[in-house]
Amino acid sequence: MNSRDKRRPEQPTRRRLLQGGLAGGLAALLGRPARAADPAPPTVPDWTHHLGPGVATHPYGQPSPHEQSVVRRYLPHIQPTRQASISFTPLQDLHGIITPNGLFFERHHAGVPQIDPEAHRLVIHGMVERPLMFSMRDLMRYPAVSRVHFIECAGNGAMEQRGAVNKALQFTHGMLSCAEWTGVPLKLLLREAGVRKGARWLLAEGADAAALARSFPLDKALDDALIVYAQNGERLRPEQGYPLRLLLPGWEGVANVKWLRRLEIGERPWETREETATYTDLLPSGKARQFTFVQEAKSVITWPCPEHPLPGRGRQLLRGLAWSGEGRIRAVDVTFDGGRNWRRARLSGPVLPKALTRFEIEWEWNGKQALLGSRAIDETGYVQPTLAQLRQVRGTNSMYHNNAIQTWLVHPDGEVEHVQLG
Amino acid sequence: MCNWADNAPRNRALRRLARALAGSALLCLGGLAAAGPPASPGLGRPVPPELIRAWDIDIGPDGSGLPPGSGTAAQGEPVFQAKCASCHGEFGEGVGRFPPLVDDGTPLTAERPRKTVGNYWPHATTLWDYINRAMPFGNAQSLTADEVYALVAYILSMNEIIDEDQEMNAQTLPKVKMPNRDGFITATGSDIRAPACMHDCVAQVRITSRAGRYKREQAAK
Repeated sequence: MNSRDKRRPEQPTRRRLLQGGLAGGLAALLGRPARAADPAPPTVPDWTHHLGPGVATHPYGQPSPHEQSVVRRYLPHIQPTRQASISFTPLQDLHGIITPNGLFFERHHAGVPQIDPEAHRLVIHGMVERPLMFSMRDLMRYPAVSRVHFIECAGNGAMEQRGAVNKALQFTHGMLSCAEWTGVPLKLLLREAGVRKGARWLLAEGADAAALARSFPLDKALDDALIVYAQNGERLRPEQGYPLRLLLPGWEGVANVKWLRRLEIGERPWETREETATYTDLLPSGKARQFTFVQEAKSVITWPCPEHPLPGRGRQLLRGLAWSGEGRIRAVDVTFDGGRNWRRARLSGPVLPKALTRFEIEWEWNGKQALLGSRAIDETGYVQPTLAQLRQVRGTNSMYHNNAIQTWLVHPDGEVEHVQLG
Repeated sequence: MCNWADNAPRNRALRRLARALAGSALLCLGGLAAAGPPASPGLGRPVPPELIRAWDIDIGPDGSGLPPGSGTAAQGEPVFQAKCASCHGEFGEGVGRFPPLVDDGTPLTAERPRKTVGNYWPHATTLWDYINRAMPFGNAQSLTADEVYALVAYILSMNEIIDEDQEMNAQTLPKVKMPNRDGFITATGSDIRAPACMHDCVAQVRITSRAGRYKREQAAK
């Protein structure tokens, strides 16, 4: 029974760490306040003496107060108003592949509508034999499917196109979350409506004050598109489209129209603002790529990261996330020397198509400067590019779909800095 | 009895018997249906055309969906100054981080291009669709069709795409040729092929940009 011994405050290695000024980082990792002394046995803490609060003290449960820093954050300067802005998921503090509903990133174009589900309808019309209207009660009586998929904003990483801007992982990669979604396959509803010959595209429209509208191909609707009303076991959060959203697995966030109220079937795209003026990728030639739906393979090391520096030299377990809008992650490679050499990491936990996937790799850190990066390869064989490879094709004004390899510079003191390599 | 029938006995004679029993017992029909692929519930209600017209607010690039009505730049100017200029600027130059609407001549190939209605938007119909569905910001879908036509005319005229006195209506608007009409390429598949090199992949590693060290208090927001 050595676990008590290990916790003894006199333990020399531990003290060295504290003296080394790394207490903050280590404490943050362990979820403890900085400089807290290890309890010496047989200390019996308050919580072991006395009764805690009873059941349903919080009818809707809350995280431990010690986790209060694990929250969505936003950057006031990147958008004109809070209603048309973004909040970022704290990827640096999450585990597994599911994002808790309260931490799922937000991107709204006109705030979060407060919708009465009884007053909400979905209309399917256009090139169909039978235009149909569904209430929420109707939709929830359909055979349901549940699938785990990530959603990533096309603009995730957009701020880093010209150079390294954000200092924290939460802001470089946090427009990314993953949930188990429950709903109805769109193809089932389309079959009932009877899609007419010649139909190729759909328009999805939200009930928010932007009436956000996006066109997407019928092929996707008949493939894996879902009309979802629940995430991670409960009804959608208002920020995620309550009571109903479109889910186009693996495709850029904006196309997963929230607060979905209407689907029109037609022959060609509608050329809405959100697929012309915005969410198009401007190339160095002055031409722009349009309908760049797929979020291609990408990965990032989440430990260590700027928010979680290395606690000290020696054996480390690096952790990270990989994902691809094309399917499953096949492999993740990790570099410790800025991309000169790579080692294959281990995929841990479930490896699901178009879902966040965890990877891990052991590393013996010698206490010297290191350049960490990860590279995802998906089941199509697509390899996540370096920033240089991305820029060579797309330049620095394409704004969307930056899936370049992220580099973390590890300083000798263990701190981690976001840098870019040329 | 129903459960037994659903469990599909392996013996063929038993299966037949089960089917016969189930077929004769109406109460069992639901149970039998559940054994196969679920029937489509068919719960959607038919929507009459007049109701669809009320729901269907989108405008196609060919002008489909444009309602009757009309407007000119002169009619649009007072509406713009009253309802749009506080964010987009008196001259459509954009206030703060709200988007500019008027092309100032910066090309799309510039180091810092400025994407506006004038130099970037490929379809004039999109302007009608967007203003009608989402503007003014915070008071969406409050404009009349004439006001939307007039605002579209004013913004196009500020960009010198149409003449000041040109009337915009369901016939004229789809005919407006936007300067960047041919500026878009439909994406087909991936545009980047990266190698999966494992050893000695780069000759020299060079840091080109640094974000600076992270400080904990920066995250407190």
